[in-house]
Amino acid sequence: MMLKVESLQVFYGAIHALQGISFHLEKGEIVALIGANGAGKSTVLNTVSGILRPREGAVAFEDQEIHEVPPQEIVRRGVIQVPEGRKIFSRMTVTENLEMGAYTHTDRAEIARDMESVFERFSRLRERRNQLGGTLSGGEQQMLAIGRGLMAHPTLLLLDEPSMGLSPILVEQIFDIIQDINEQGTSILLVEQNAQMALAIADRAYVLETGKIVMQGTGDDLLKDPSVIEAYLGGH
Amino acid sequence: MDKPTSTSTQGRLRLERYLRTFAGIVIGVFLLWRVYNVIVLQQNFGADTWVRFGLSGLILGGMYALIAIGYTLVYGIMFMINFAHGEVMMLGAFGGFFTFEALRFIPAPTLSNPEYNFLNAHPFISVLLAFLVGISISAMAGYFLEKIAYRPLRRAPRLILLITAIGASIFLQNLAMLLFGPQRKNVVNPDILDRGAGWIVNVSGNDVLISYTGIFSLVLSTLLMIGLYILVQRTKLGRAMRAVALDKNTASLMGVDVDNVISKTFIISGALAGAAGVMWGIHMGLVNHYTGFLPGIKAFTAAVMGGIGNIPGAMLGGMLLGVIEAIGPAALGIDFQLKDVIAFSILVLVLIVRPSGILGEKLSEEKL
Ligand SMILES: Nc1ncnc2c1ncn2[C@@H]1O[C@H](COP(=O)(O)OP(=O)(O)O)[C@@H](O)[C@H]1O
Ligand SMILES: [Mg+2]
Repeated sequence: MMLKVESLQVFYGAIHALQGISFHLEKGEIVALIGANGAGKSTVLNTVSGILRPREGAVAFEDQEIHEVPPQEIVRRGVIQVPEGRKIFSRMTVTENLEMGAYTHTDRAEIARDMESVFERFSRLRERRNQLGGTLSGGEQQMLAIGRGLMAHPTLLLLDEPSMGLSPILVEQIFDIIQDINEQGTSILLVEQNAQMALAIADRAYVLETGKIVMQGTGDDLLKDPSVIEAYLGGH
Repeated sequence: MDKPTSTSTQGRLRLERYLRTFAGIVIGVFLLWRVYNVIVLQQNFGADTWVRFGLSGLILGGMYALIAIGYTLVYGIMFMINFAHGEVMMLGAFGGFFTFEALRFIPAPTLSNPEYNFLNAHPFISVLLAFLVGISISAMAGYFLEKIAYRPLRRAPRLILLITAIGASIFLQNLAMLLFGPQRKNVVNPDILDRGAGWIVNVSGNDVLISYTGIFSLVLSTLLMIGLYILVQRTKLGRAMRAVALDKNTASLMGVDVDNVISKTFIISGALAGAAGVMWGIHMGLVNHYTGFLPGIKAFTAAVMGGIGNIPGAMLGGMLLGVIEAIGPAALGIDFQLKDVIAFSILVLVLIVRPSGILGEKLSEEKL
């Protein structure tokens, strides 16, 4: 099993953000985690990435426990997060941002090849390669954030609300790209508030509500589920 | 409720900015008038004097700049003012001093001069060794300072870090006094870096001495600044340092070991301060436990003046402060002993007129 999360309990001081969360992800899958703002989705990803420590429970990646491993080591093992709000290094150029994505790599020739393939996927980034990250548009920043993630050769890619704040056309593009990345062999854990799109491309999905998983199933099943439609798909 | 308060806050901010600009113009015009009076109307000093002052200002400024970079690097990465940084520089100065002392007592007789010691027989190696020792000591001091005093407080309020830094400063000063005694020590340079020696240049009929130690310091500090700039802008470590300064969480999502980068930042800051300390000893000739205090707060002033957190700003601020301090008393027609007052008046002025510094971004206002 690629990722296994068991009875995860995470606190921010006195705030009990995750109240016993369990889910898993098989190799090659796209698994979606949907839920309203504040449900705890980002907290899950940050705990998997090692930025937050669980009080109880376990996270295992490729059958090895990682919930006490430091974040930089988790990155080395191939778990790469594209954080919420892109978090582009604003005072660094596009190229430098991509180089930061390849931070754990040392082979200069390989890094150059990887950067070339990111530029092939996102030609807008090539045009803006020497521009500061902070000067890019929202869509370009999201492309840069994903490209930066790909520079690390993820085995498992954690995407935190990649469609946030983008126009519908860009959202379509981003989801196409996510599917494409998945087809090339990267497993994906996708966090979204845009449940419609996420469920459409997900193999399986979990619904998160105030720190608990309240529903799970295949993407298609959840898309047809009346209570999901009611709560997350605008209730038609 | 919310709207009116925020607009009145904005109004107050705008008024404040006008007042600042106004104060800046008034003070600026007054200073210019004063300088014009002294330099052009009174003509107390000839061109040779100005050259002499300007040069010594640049030399001093180079050392301030090296120290100021340390304040700015650490501020950029931890949002704290490392008030013990001057003491880190002082330890480096002692490192250089003791290296020269040790080498002076190693005999290295030659046929023509049987009394020769290592310091004078191999001056280049001696100077190199002094810098290596001074830089290593300061780099280590920076490393342990962070590891022992600041790291446990990473999540503590910033005020606590600040107080700790002041405590560390007092501790290091007293430690040095205890170890080396309170009296000032004469730094004995190799003969080729004799402090009275240099090139003589004729400026408007008068001789100006351009000392070897001064030019040596100025060249070395310039080279170190260029080196640091390349390190920060062009290397992987430099990129990681900038990334950690911008956003620690995201940097660690890239695989950066944030603690390690913070350690290295303190090591680099310490090393530059150590180099400045050894230069201080070589050029000024005196060291004691108090040596780091004034250069330390002046370099802090320089870093604030250039825009704290901004590396070119620290370099520019250091150089400017050195020159202003050297030329200031004469240009304003005031007592030379007031040069320290000038430096700190500048700090106050900068804080009034442009709190973000010359090259700094307008962070302070956005954060209000
Ligand atoms: N740094 C933090 N400090 C305190 N509480 C936080 C912090 N981050 C998130 N929370 C709280 O934890 C809960 C889950 O947040 P989050 O994981 O960001 O939700 P989501 O990503 O689903 O919007 C929320 O109630 C939020 O207020
Ligand atoms: Mg979130």
